[in-house]
Amino acid sequence: MPPVPTDAIPSWRRALSHLSGFGPLLGLIALCIAGAMLNPDFATVDNLMNVLTRTAFIGIIAVGMTFVIMSGGIDLSVGSMAALIAGCMILFMNGVAAGTPFAASPMLAVVLGIVLALVLGSVFGAAHGFLITKGRIEPFIVTLGTLGIFRAYLTYLADGGALTLDGTLSDLYSPVYYGSLLGIPIPVWVFAAVALAGGVLLNRTAFGRHVQAIGSNEQVARYAAIRVDLIKLLTYALLGLCVGVATLLYVPRLGSASPTTGLLWELEAIAAVVVGGTALKGGEGRIVGTVIGAILLSVISNILNLTSIISVYLNAAVQGVVIIIVAFMQRGR
Amino acid sequence: MNSVIRAISAGVLALTVGSSWAAEKVTLGVSIPAATHSFTAGIVWWANKAKADLEKANPGLKVIVKTAANAPEQANQLQDLLTVNKINTLVIFPFESASLTKPVAQVKGKGVYVTVVDRGLTDTSAQDAYVAGDNTAFGKLPAEYLAKAMGGKGNIVALRGIPTTLDNERYDAFTSVMKQHPGIKILDAKYGNWNRDDAFKVMQDYLTRFKQIDAVWAADDDMAVGVLKAIDQAKRRDIKVVFGGAGAKGAVKTLMDGSDPRIQANVSYSPKFMYDAIKLTAEARLAGKKLPANTIIPSVLITKQNAKDFYFPDSPF
Repeated sequence: MPPVPTDAIPSWRRALSHLSGFGPLLGLIALCIAGAMLNPDFATVDNLMNVLTRTAFIGIIAVGMTFVIMSGGIDLSVGSMAALIAGCMILFMNGVAAGTPFAASPMLAVVLGIVLALVLGSVFGAAHGFLITKGRIEPFIVTLGTLGIFRAYLTYLADGGALTLDGTLSDLYSPVYYGSLLGIPIPVWVFAAVALAGGVLLNRTAFGRHVQAIGSNEQVARYAAIRVDLIKLLTYALLGLCVGVATLLYVPRLGSASPTTGLLWELEAIAAVVVGGTALKGGEGRIVGTVIGAILLSVISNILNLTSIISVYLNAAVQGVVIIIVAFMQRGR
Repeated sequence: MNSVIRAISAGVLALTVGSSWAAEKVTLGVSIPAATHSFTAGIVWWANKAKADLEKANPGLKVIVKTAANAPEQANQLQDLLTVNKINTLVIFPFESASLTKPVAQVKGKGVYVTVVDRGLTDTSAQDAYVAGDNTAFGKLPAEYLAKAMGGKGNIVALRGIPTTLDNERYDAFTSVMKQHPGIKILDAKYGNWNRDDAFKVMQDYLTRFKQIDAVWAADDDMAVGVLKAIDQAKRRDIKVVFGGAGAKGAVKTLMDGSDPRIQANVSYSPKFMYDAIKLTAEARLAGKKLPANTIIPSVLITKQNAKDFYFPDSPF
């Protein structure tokens, strides 16, 4: 941003433009005050933990999505990808525990399942990156295609029904979602760690600077000897890895995957990123904003569930209005 | 003597008439939603089973099963069934009532015999017969069971499906029974979209909001899965009954085994009615008869005693 003479713009406007960066945070605070007024149970620790835990899936994916969007790309397939990874994990863990392809202890089955989730996520993400950079296909089209492929494959694997984790494995694995450390649920810890790592990667490394450079002007980045294709491929692989992490936290929640798993997660993740202040056209964005954006989206539905003042038919409308207001509060960035 | 000859010739006549009917080819098109939810997966499975069973039993019968992901696709498939597959009988589970009425009416206008399943059309003159599950009983039976199990007093929370007329029908039937039990309070009813994850979240928030809940009407076995997990996580002991619905195989198995004391009963709304609708239509057409205008496959209360009659382990649902 070029330096502007301070007397050229009135001070209130400067203050407002300074404030605009806090749009999501102000929105979240306003929502929390409203929530606490509407229902005293909103401000309890239990409710807070419920909301943060359920935000973890979308939040972790949104951290990865921030990199992809900042580099000027998009990924529409993350919900379907999460569903397929969940299905593959369940089938694989059930198989390993039952002795195919090799006999192993249930504990080893769970660990291998987790590894599988991370590997699958990275491979799917890298495949996206490869098709986009080497195949020269629009990210929108590539990931729209895989959105269909991933979900169709899960539906095929599940025969249209649900894939369910075996009882003993489910008991062994469930602490990953339901357990807590120092009173804070595991998924919240993982979410915090992923967000922190994302922040460091974005703001303190060459990779992060290159992602921003590519997003603001790809040609200039190319002339600056940035390996544009490699960086882009890495952003998609990173997002895939995040989807893998989210899925390994998701599977122990219900111990099942069905064709409705992860439906519309892609839109929620993209909404979290954009509400959090990252420009959809690329080049500029913040991890903190994404985290706040993801929490904000969960808080809206939480408040709607905790109250019954609005017709249930209008829930989606309320969510839409809040998203637009928050985006309005930080326009012009 | 004369009478014997007459009897025999009448018999021969009857046989030839019968065989001439049987010789008539029936090409039956089945148009159903794709398997995107375990219930529709059940619909697809039962439709394919009907095809296998009926084609084996009746050489003159050909069944073509088509699945569609949305209403426009289903309308296109109807055209293909008519022009490419040359069907003379159609069994259709419409995606949406309003938008498929016209396409189905056109098919019927070409002389095809039409049976509509479950979701009715907005104009009944577009169909020859209607076969449906019993949505009123789907809401009424759980309400009656819960009212009795709770001794006429206590707090209920309800989960609804996706906002549709079908869901309204079930919910209205449920609340109208509950109106006769003033001691029972329905604390709230929110949409869980027939989805495990959404039901989990809605139930978590119910548990935060209400300190005393005696029973949950989850209104679907998929939603009941999420509800039970949320209750377990919150370690709440106040909820005595969780009533699902539709008789999914996992829920019926739990009922048979008695492995969860909160699951005490269920209500049938089996996708098997797809099988019944195809069978009834095919057999009526092969015999040259018509189906009654309306056939309701009754929803019945499933308890531990009769659970084995509703357990289909091979079905995905």
